[in-house]
Amino acid sequence: MTHAVLELKNVNKSFGPIDVLHDINLKVNAGEVLCLLGDNGAGKSTLIKTLAGVHKPTTGEIFMDGEQVSFDKPKEAADRGIATVHQFGGTFPLMSIGRSFFVGCEPVKKFGPFKIFDRKTANEVAVKAVRDFGITRIDDGDRLIGGLSGGERQSLAIARAVHFGARVLILDEPTAALGVKQASHVLRIILEARKRGLAVIFITHQVTHAMAVGDHFAVLIRGAVAANFMRGEKSREEITDLMAGGEALADLDSAMEAQSEATGGEPAQSAARATVA
Amino acid sequence: MGNVFGSFLRRPEAGSVLSLIAVIAFFVIFGGVNLGNMLGAASWVNLAANLGIVAIPMGLLMISGELDISIGAMIPAGSMTVAIISGYYGLPIIFGIAGALALGVIVGTINGLLTVKTSVPSLIITLGTLVAMQGIVLSASVLLTGNASVALTSPVWAKTLFGQLLGGSFQVIILWWVAISALFLVIVHHTPWGNWIFAMGGDKVSARNAGIPTERLTIGLFILSATSAAFVGMCGAILFNSAQVSGGMNYIFNAVVSVVVGGTLLTGGFGSVLGIFFGTLTFAVVTQGIYFTDIDRNWSSLIIGVMLLVAVLMNNSFRKAAISYSPRKKK
Ligand SMILES: Nc1ncnc2c1ncn2[C@@H]1O[C@H](COP(=O)(O)OP(=O)(O)OP(=O)(O)O)[C@@H](O)[C@H]1O
Ligand SMILES: [Mg+2]
Repeated sequence: MTHAVLELKNVNKSFGPIDVLHDINLKVNAGEVLCLLGDNGAGKSTLIKTLAGVHKPTTGEIFMDGEQVSFDKPKEAADRGIATVHQFGGTFPLMSIGRSFFVGCEPVKKFGPFKIFDRKTANEVAVKAVRDFGITRIDDGDRLIGGLSGGERQSLAIARAVHFGARVLILDEPTAALGVKQASHVLRIILEARKRGLAVIFITHQVTHAMAVGDHFAVLIRGAVAANFMRGEKSREEITDLMAGGEALADLDSAMEAQSEATGGEPAQSAARATVA
Repeated sequence: MGNVFGSFLRRPEAGSVLSLIAVIAFFVIFGGVNLGNMLGAASWVNLAANLGIVAIPMGLLMISGELDISIGAMIPAGSMTVAIISGYYGLPIIFGIAGALALGVIVGTINGLLTVKTSVPSLIITLGTLVAMQGIVLSASVLLTGNASVALTSPVWAKTLFGQLLGGSFQVIILWWVAISALFLVIVHHTPWGNWIFAMGGDKVSARNAGIPTERLTIGLFILSATSAAFVGMCGAILFNSAQVSGGMNYIFNAVVSVVVGGTLLTGGFGSVLGIFFGTLTFAVVTQGIYFTDIDRNWSSLIIGVMLLVAVLMNNSFRKAAISYSPRKKK
């Protein structure tokens, strides 16, 4: 029997008195894209931070390939092949592309006992990694990150994660604040990573983006897994409602109904949606 | 050629090299200075060396997003420690030297630990240790020796290493400064550690997420800073055969000016060792070189102030140029 690449069992996380995650059970397999959906503050970023070694779960267990793991710092998760692009930050505007790409795992040349940063290799590898993802405008690893567009920066961060993420790639809202073209580029990168056999965890607020690449969907509502289903098991409307926590859109529906009473059939449907949540 | 100049301008040290040239040119044109006399003088090189040894760690801390002003107390603390241990109590000088440096390690560790374990800005923390150390140094020396100034006689080897005058007027600490600058030039720009310092100053959380031991590195930089200050104080005591509890406060502002004129970004993430080196030289040339001109020396503060403002403005535009630089979109 093959194990899931990453599995969470009854994971809880609280910050002091604030409970953020409740009894999370989730599995991600190799070559599969798990879309993590949920409203603002639902706990998505907190969940992936516990997978990336930024936070330790308060209780519960994490397994990789069936073997229990525990990460004390981000470096330990990275060493196991989990690479994360966090929602905020991740790139260093005043550093060069080559240097930023390798922060924390710099390539070195040895001169006797001394380890010298290998700028040439760093630049070459970084530029090649981004170009492989179709950003051909980047050709000089000495350029500073701050001079790149938002989409190029995001692509660089993702290319970096793919380069180092041997097993699991975690992307926290990589398509937020991107233009249509750049967002579709990121989605292509996700599909490419899946083709290479990585397990991908993809957080987004956009149903279209989730539907485009997701194999497996999990919805978090107030820190608990409210729904966990595979592609094709739920309609786009159902997913949209779940992502908004159910109630919000149902309310919106009834408000809109009040405005245009002419339509039949609608009330029944919105009642059905409300019960899904 | 234009290309070479362009890529020079994008480097952090560009501003300091240009201001050094501008200041020397100004002195020659308006101050009627004899260039050979001025450049051959020991006064400004001595000042640059003492200042430069504390300016480099100060600059590295600034690149990493921190600040250490406790050096103002650590310089007299270093010199008093060696003088009390080996001068007043007459223990071998090696104990005095070890004591001075150990004090630097202790204060640096305290600064570093407080900075990483609390969310208080390091400016405030080191302001606290600055004042506290001043109090400790003054009361300890009065308590132990009954005096605010202590004499010290050093053996020949210690004099040779730390307190010699080369050619009659050049302090041996100049050689230390050049060696330390060269060492840190390599470490900061050509090893992974250097990369970590820049990453930390760029974005501390992301740096930690990328696997950098940010806390240990921050503590290490504070230790480096306090120990370097104690070292400068110790060399002074050995050179002048005595130590005073006062002095050292000027170093805080002078080091910050040198570092900023050297192209270091106050908010962290950008700067260079070469820039700090030239920033220190520029500062020293302005404050000491003015004695070789017809200009009244009181104007040197004005020059420093203007230079600082110009440097900050230039750094800003150089950095913009560095960011927007793209080999394709050449203007
Ligand atoms: N370090 C922390 N200390 C205390 N509370 C925290 C901490 N980190 C997150 N939280 C809380 O946990 C909850 C979930 O936050 P999280 O960032 O995981 O949400 P999210 O689902 O990623 O939201 P968004 O879609 O807006 O990114 C929020 O209420 C937040 O205030
Ligand atoms: Mg989030």
